[in-house]
Amino acid sequence: MSTMTTHPEAEIIVDKEVPLVRIIREFDAPAAKVYQAHIDPELFVKWNGPDYLTTTPVVWDARTGGSYRYTMTGEGTDTAFNGVFHELRENELIVQTFSWEGMPDGVALEKLRIEDLPGGRSRLTSTSLVDSFEDRDAFVASGMEVGIVEGYNKLDDLLAA
Amino acid sequence: MNVADALSRVFSALADPTRRDLVARLSIADATVNELAAPYEVSLQAVSKHLRVLEEAGLVTRTRDAQRRPVHLEAEVFDLMTKWIERYRRQAEERYRRLDDLLRTMPDDTEGEPE
Repeated sequence: MSTMTTHPEAEIIVDKEVPLVRIIREFDAPAAKVYQAHIDPELFVKWNGPDYLTTTPVVWDARTGGSYRYTMTGEGTDTAFNGVFHELRENELIVQTFSWEGMPDGVALEKLRIEDLPGGRSRLTSTSLVDSFEDRDAFVASGMEVGIVEGYNKLDDLLAA
Repeated sequence: MNVADALSRVFSALADPTRRDLVARLSIADATVNELAAPYEVSLQAVSKHLRVLEEAGLVTRTRDAQRRPVHLEAEVFDLMTKWIERYRRQAEERYRRLDDLLRTMPDDTEGEPE
């Protein structure tokens, strides 16, 4: 990683009491832009996955009570994710569910809070809560949502066992 | 064996409640197969089989030379979880660096309500 950054790297909190993962990251952009990059499908596909995968929105109804579904394809990977936009509050809050379709009974409740910071910067606090420590640990180990896609096949094998 | 394979084995091994219980007890102290089997309604062979799965996953080892052959928990395997967490964090950081790149290209007038 040689990219120059003017902010601290992403911080991770893997809670011991509650099955959640929290990621905190600052951006050199106001909350409004970070929010747009999450809910505008044309922007979302540009950064969601690693370069070798293509994110394609199939359903994208970005309003409170709306839903989303997108596929991720490329290099032997063909998988999909879906969820509901439970609450969208412009430029400050996204509450949504997140499911990997390979494990449809598993669902993460995600809360993405975006705060403006001085100097046109912002901080994103992203919390993913699942219903068991086993699922949480599998979530972390699979790298779901953060682009460690080879993990999915391993998880497939595990689930088939 | 790469990290992903090691990970799969550890997860498979720990997916079973009896094996999780064995690991929990071994985290307190080494124990022989007989000692480990005592509280269960299952045969010594069944416990041995569970231990073999844990052994193949690298979670436990057995002393070869001693007569008692106590089972020992390899605590450092649990460091794997720390490694996965760090990998997850690093991947999240990479994802957000892609977002950094996108944010730099977004014109100011696309945000929020029109002025």
